[in-house]
Amino acid sequence: MSALEVTTWKAPLRRSARGLLSFARAQPLGALALVAILLMLAAGVFARLIAPADPVAIDFTAVLSPPSAAHPFGTDNFGRDILSRIIYGARTALIIGFTSSFLGCALGTLLGVTSAFYGGRVDLAMQRFVDMLLSFPIIVLALVVVAMLGRHLIAGVDVNLLLAIAIPITPQVARVIRSAALSIRAAAFIDAARIAGIGNIRIIFRHMLPNVMAPSLIMLTAFIAQAILLEASLSFLGLGVSEPTPAWGLMLAGNAVDFYREAPWIIIFPGLAISVAVFAFNFLGDSLRDWLDPRFRA
Amino acid sequence: MTRYLTHRLLLALPTLLGVAVLIFIMLRVVPGDIVELKLRGEGGNVTQDVVERERARLGLDKPLAAQFGDWMVGLVTLDFGKSMWTERPVVDEIGLRFKLSFELAILSMLIAVAVALPLGTVSALLRDTWIDYVVRFVSVAGLAMPAFWLGMLMILALLHFFNWLPPITFTPLWQDPVANLSQLIWPALAVGYRYSAVVTRMLRSSIIEVMNEDYVRTARAKGMRERIVIGRHALRNALLPTTTVVGLEFAFLIGGLVVTEQVFNLNGLGKLFVQAVTRNDFTLVQGLVMLVATVSVLVNLAVDLLYAVLDPRIRYR
Amino acid sequence: MNPSSARHAEAPASQPDAGYLLAVSDLRVQFETSRGTVHAVDGVTYGVRRGETVALVGESGSGKSVSALAIMRLLPRTTARVSGEVLFDGRDLLALPAAHMRALRGREIAMIFQEPMTSLNPVLSIGLQLSEPLRAHLGLSEARARQRAIELLSQVGITDPEHRLRQYPHQLSGGMRQRVMIAMALSCGPKLIIADEPTTALDVTIQAQILDLLRDLSRRLGIALVLITHNLGIVARYADRVNVMYAAQLAEQAAAGPLFATPRHFYTLALLRSIPRLDRRRTARLATIEGLPPDLRDPAPGCRFAPRCAARIAACENVPRLAEIGPGHRSACVRAHEVAAAPEPAADSGARRRPAALPPLLEIEDLKKHFGVAAGPRAAMIRTPLVRAVDGVSLVIGRGETLGLVGESGCGKTTVGRLVVGLETPTSGRIRIDGRDIAGDAVRDFRGFRRKVQMVFQDPYSALNPRMTVGAFIAEPLLVHRLVPSRAAARARVTDLLRQVGLYPYMAERYPHELSGGQRQRVGIARALALEPSLIVCDEPVSALDVSIQGQVINLLESLRDRHALSLLFISHDLAVVRHICDRVAVMYLGKLMEFADRDTIYDAPRHPYTQALLDAVPVPDPAIEAARRPSRLKGEIPSPLDPPAGCVFHTRCPIATERCRREVPELRELSPGHHAACHNIGGAAA
Repeated sequence: MSALEVTTWKAPLRRSARGLLSFARAQPLGALALVAILLMLAAGVFARLIAPADPVAIDFTAVLSPPSAAHPFGTDNFGRDILSRIIYGARTALIIGFTSSFLGCALGTLLGVTSAFYGGRVDLAMQRFVDMLLSFPIIVLALVVVAMLGRHLIAGVDVNLLLAIAIPITPQVARVIRSAALSIRAAAFIDAARIAGIGNIRIIFRHMLPNVMAPSLIMLTAFIAQAILLEASLSFLGLGVSEPTPAWGLMLAGNAVDFYREAPWIIIFPGLAISVAVFAFNFLGDSLRDWLDPRFRA
Repeated sequence: MTRYLTHRLLLALPTLLGVAVLIFIMLRVVPGDIVELKLRGEGGNVTQDVVERERARLGLDKPLAAQFGDWMVGLVTLDFGKSMWTERPVVDEIGLRFKLSFELAILSMLIAVAVALPLGTVSALLRDTWIDYVVRFVSVAGLAMPAFWLGMLMILALLHFFNWLPPITFTPLWQDPVANLSQLIWPALAVGYRYSAVVTRMLRSSIIEVMNEDYVRTARAKGMRERIVIGRHALRNALLPTTTVVGLEFAFLIGGLVVTEQVFNLNGLGKLFVQAVTRNDFTLVQGLVMLVATVSVLVNLAVDLLYAVLDPRIRYR
Repeated sequence: MNPSSARHAEAPASQPDAGYLLAVSDLRVQFETSRGTVHAVDGVTYGVRRGETVALVGESGSGKSVSALAIMRLLPRTTARVSGEVLFDGRDLLALPAAHMRALRGREIAMIFQEPMTSLNPVLSIGLQLSEPLRAHLGLSEARARQRAIELLSQVGITDPEHRLRQYPHQLSGGMRQRVMIAMALSCGPKLIIADEPTTALDVTIQAQILDLLRDLSRRLGIALVLITHNLGIVARYADRVNVMYAAQLAEQAAAGPLFATPRHFYTLALLRSIPRLDRRRTARLATIEGLPPDLRDPAPGCRFAPRCAARIAACENVPRLAEIGPGHRSACVRAHEVAAAPEPAADSGARRRPAALPPLLEIEDLKKHFGVAAGPRAAMIRTPLVRAVDGVSLVIGRGETLGLVGESGCGKTTVGRLVVGLETPTSGRIRIDGRDIAGDAVRDFRGFRRKVQMVFQDPYSALNPRMTVGAFIAEPLLVHRLVPSRAAARARVTDLLRQVGLYPYMAERYPHELSGGQRQRVGIARALALEPSLIVCDEPVSALDVSIQGQVINLLESLRDRHALSLLFISHDLAVVRHICDRVAVMYLGKLMEFADRDTIYDAPRHPYTQALLDAVPVPDPAIEAARRPSRLKGEIPSPLDPPAGCVFHTRCPIATERCRREVPELRELSPGHHAACHNIGGAAA
């Protein structure tokens, strides 16, 4: 996420409805992205109501049929309705995306802020550790975690998959948040708090964290995108979500590889879904940053 | 400057050491036993005896400390042991595939830089015009589209429009450039697209930031032509952080192109990695991880060196 | 004849064409922002003759810088709308095609900006940046341009110019960078140089060097100078004519002498009365200007100063016109003729009762703070440079006493403040509060004595947590240390504190970004008071505030000090403010004490050559006095704290340095009761 430069700025994030409208006016494309995301959320939540068919229902009479009235996106090699699988896939993508990115961002933020606050040897050690993790391509790190932990299902959710996606996110967040936190650390009000005898823990939570919230939030949108992409990649490799759970990456994997040349629709729609989701989150993050960062205003 | 570079070098060594220790620990913590998985995995029925003998043969029965010692010694002598699956030395397995992955990375970088430099500059200078929006849209699309999907679409298109598929076997560049490129240009394009998107965005925001700096105002106040203000004053500063990004992303391409290699059926390091992981081949995973980390460290050093050349603030402290 | 008007008469007489070189008529600048149109410059008219120095004075937001950028056509075309007429040598700059304007910029009109640190391109060599305009405007070859660049660098007083050409901006000090900027401005032989706050970011002694240089060059080469500043002392010393701006409009225009002697606008009068004087004993509290400058998005049609003016009448609601009051003296005030008769502010006792001889509150003994002390083998490999920020300082502050600590950058005064408050731990030395040595205590040790010492910070914009309401911020220490029994009690205490610092209680619900700089500073003071300290360390508390607001905060500090019998350690580089508020003053240079004494003694009869040079370098807002001064200017740069001179740290710049000064560090000796100085060459008895 080197393209995401984060700055701290003075005005707190306005969460009122007025803020939303002003955002929509200033960043129309970002607002569009937000709408797309909300639609996805709706699809995920109301999947049962919206989806025309059961996503795991196998129907050998309609294997690999092209898009038609009965199956608007066609069927896959098991005769399952692709549209329904995509709608349910939104649920998987969003759950995994939100949870793992939230986990990664929370951990990374805490790490970055603590590192910046204490400075000295603590900072140096954490930086070394973060550098180490950052020297790996994200997918490699995820694969190593997967290799290490295998699968561990809790209530149908593969916790280790969440970790595998969250762990590569953590050092990226930590690095960016650390530099934002360093500039806050240098601000006079932190000195004022120390002089007033306020304890370190309280300073970190009450004074530093709230001031990195804005950049943190923007990073969150970008990392949800990364998480969705990572999950898709892992599922594609067979190391992520497993059958028969509908997941976009999974729909591109395995048997799809054998059949997509004859039946391109089995990969076009899932790939499109992934792209649109990642696109929307990235664009939202960009627009948020452009909107809030005074340097980027005209 | 030499002090700066020595400093950087000295920092690199503990990083590599840390990685070595970390990967060793991580892989030994794994649940499940590799030998059992190997021998029993495909439904084979072997006695405990055979399992024990296999473990001894692979050196897995020694105490952890001894294994760690072996690992450390092996690092220094560049002996990463044998792949637990294929029984061939790890170095050989890696060596076979390194050429391909390396060439792919270089090609992707060239494409990315060739595309990103003009697009990023234009997008920044014509900010908030339709050109800017188009470039930003295309860039974000590059980040959003899964590389493997893009690869699949490419193959589909090739098949559909030209009825042709890229070759599967790798021929080195100097042997037969046409065959080589006809295999690698497609994944390079797919990877390069995403790579260029990252660089374009970085360049764009760098230029915008630099154009707001005081020294650009000074250059204008001196009556310099806008061409010179942008070309000489702004770009040179904006390229600094952009170079870092180009370097960082490049480091990730060695071994990181896991899914792309899968889609294009390339016998590269990424594919090897997946195979190693799915088969719980620890020695291979260890070797690959060390390679990736080393490449990353070397690339970072190269970027630091470049920075020192480009930025006089580092050259003359 | 008054020297300043002699200066003024000289300029046009030496030129055959006594017309204006630059004639600005009804200049208006409007910015389109997301929150409406800001009228940054609203009808400014003035002229500059050849070789003349004209000052544009105003506070932040007055539009002085924007008007200069508008003249140079450096404002972004997309958001700024400029109208009016700017005649330069007969041509209207605003109507010129862009290419012609560009040819003029840097060649006939040059501009110098405020921040030398960021105004030079960090990746291009000095030589390249200097020869750019020479090659672009004059078409010189590379060799010729290089030669000329060397000449220019010598002209602006830079030694070893060939070497400097190959260097980069970060290798030069602030003063040298500004000289390079001046050299760039001079390079093509301009007729006019616009200098926008050229010395605000520089140290006092360097300021004097740079401004003297500008004046010298202006006189010798006949270059007209537009000096933009908020510092009235600089105006008095260097300007021939003055334009006073307020809220995007011109308030008054006159030659320097008459402006200061007989101001004809209540704003000018109020401004002159609100600044502390370096050269006079303190006779009264500062007469401050209450209120805030207006919002320029929707300005009222009448006089913009009226809401803050004590002398406003109904007629002030009419559109103000700049009318001629006397020869060359114009004012926009309807009551211009009555300004002279305005009553003087009531004097107070001046010398306030000196605090009784109680045991001292704060004692600093041989305090040292060295940064970058190498620790461990790794650090030895990478040589970390040692900065002797504070190198053996001993001071005493009594109860209820105010001690001023002055000096230029690198002198260590801020570090002393941070050491006293506990933000840094000393390398050696003792800090005693009420007799107990707290040097070893962690800053958090609260049941100890730390609570007795609090701090007011320089930058009001970073002194408050942007995400906490003012009330929560002030109340935090009270609640954390359980000094109040309940939240309601905390709220009551916050209300009381806000009132004490002159803020309305409802401000407790506001966030910092809704407050002005002055208001934020008051909040910072309220928070410092919350814990009922005995000593407050004020680290440049008014330096970041506008001139008219500074007075308000200084008065506030004084009244709070008197009310709560506080001791203050007042750290500042502004010698006039220090004279106004402090009882005793200590002068530091490169980590060491040079001199300290009673306030009036230091200012009226300084003994140490550095103190003398420091006082000489500060201009006083009175042209008559300035013209009569023959100060000696301190040459050379302030040495870097990484590499301080041996022996007496001041000897490299000292006019009376001897061989002994190069070898031996002078001890702090008592020259007369209460007056100490560290110099080998001054006698024991007071002169």
